[in-house]
Amino acid sequence: MQKITEKHLAEKAKDLLSQGKVSAVLGWRRGEFDYDVTPALFTDADEIENGLVYNCFCGANLSKYLVSKIRAVEGRMLVFLKPCDTYSINQLFTEHRVDREKVYIVGIPCNGMADITKIRNAVGEGITGVSGDECLRVETLYSDEPAELCLADVMSERCVNCKSKKHVAYDELLGDEGEVLDSHRFDEVERIERMSPDERFAFWQRELSRCIRCNACRDACPACTCEVCVFNNPASGVESKAPVNEFEEKMFHIIRAFHVAGRCTDCGECSRVCPQNIPLHLLNRKLIKDMNECYGEYQAGEAVGGVSPLTDYTAEDGEPGDLIRRRDTDA
Amino acid sequence: MQVNEYKPLIVAFCCNWCSYAGADLAGNNRADYPAEVKIIRVPCSCRVNPTFVLKAFQRGADGVIICGCHPGDCHYTSGNYYTRRRMAMLFSMLDYLGIERERTRLEWVSAAEGAKFAATMRDFVQKVAALGENKRLEDLRCKK
Ligand code: SF4
Ligand code: SF4
Ligand code: FES
Repeated sequence: MQKITEKHLAEKAKDLLSQGKVSAVLGWRRGEFDYDVTPALFTDADEIENGLVYNCFCGANLSKYLVSKIRAVEGRMLVFLKPCDTYSINQLFTEHRVDREKVYIVGIPCNGMADITKIRNAVGEGITGVSGDECLRVETLYSDEPAELCLADVMSERCVNCKSKKHVAYDELLGDEGEVLDSHRFDEVERIERMSPDERFAFWQRELSRCIRCNACRDACPACTCEVCVFNNPASGVESKAPVNEFEEKMFHIIRAFHVAGRCTDCGECSRVCPQNIPLHLLNRKLIKDMNECYGEYQAGEAVGGVSPLTDYTAEDGEPGDLIRRRDTDA
Repeated sequence: MQVNEYKPLIVAFCCNWCSYAGADLAGNNRADYPAEVKIIRVPCSCRVNPTFVLKAFQRGADGVIICGCHPGDCHYTSGNYYTRRRMAMLFSMLDYLGIERERTRLEWVSAAEGAKFAATMRDFVQKVAALGENKRLEDLRCKK
């Protein structure tokens, strides 16, 4: 199997640009440090040569950025998408947020992304550089010898439970195609379901009370693409401000999770960007799991044009009480 | 002697075409149901946005019940089918967050079922009363 590196991405991008097939390239660029890679728009070969990176810090799902960036561009835009990101772009096509004709998708393989918090926990503060892929060399201010870490040990949670290495949308692929995985992504949800109501309440209280309402989870979410958001409306009672009490914390999180119910592509961006490390994906996955159990398996973004279980029904659907009772008898 | 018997506050969203008429019938027939039930009339059970439920709790409700036409009888053909899915997901989510599940309910009550309306409300009030005040989804600023 050919190993795909950022060199291959850069070659492909420069090729398509010079052939005039695309007029801009959406990829990633290194930030101040190796580990703060950010999404970036490139329009010429030099920028790509010097700026484009692809490494284990390219977690950012570029689909979301298309929504705003694509308008600024004449012609087609090339976007590099990891397998999980392609679910998100399909959902954006389904919702007519991005015009299929305006994007050129290059699917790229992914071995899992690193979580900088886990790296910090392993080597401490003062990280000055990180290199390598399967095996990471981490340099710090306080040690002459770089620390060696296995990517598998510092992989972000969502990648440990990756649902698919298969691209569900692309114009062309770099490297070999992967497959849909059975990654036990609902295990953690089940663990919470097995708790007593008091334990569940305490668990979520501990998590949600840390929220500072930065709205990063909303901003990064590829399913949250309204340009005018209820969370910016001062009359809504849930506008952006630090939650004053427990009610507001829960209110925000229930609304956020519910708003993307049936549309969440389980990309894990919400949890990744949360500066407070709140496991938001556990709220979304709960909804996905419930919908799967009650209305049949459905994963938003698997195909363009999918119908969300919440905009559909059958006359035989169970009553709300049945769902909760059934879980009790299972437990 | 019990002086201050706890009375839960219940918000009942009733659809205009069946359940609200059912409540009316309960009244006309002098069927007894607790005065703590505050009815909010909505055009269809499907009008109830999940935030309505949350806001009811915020403003001091101890229990929230949504009543609509029986499946197949919705005035708008299919509104209650959507309600059923949406509320199944919402109630399950609240349960997942550790909110007592007996505080939420969905019932189908037709315009002819005045007796069922009264019996449902009596039962719901009793269940919620047994739980006591809603502490897990309250907003103290909204308390007098
Ligand atoms: S809710 Fe989270 S996991 Fe779901 S699509 Fe949005 S960012 Fe991705
Ligand atoms: S990203 Fe985290 S801290 Fe920010 S609003 Fe979302 S949950 Fe709260
Ligand atoms: S009109 Fe009664 S539920 Fe729709």
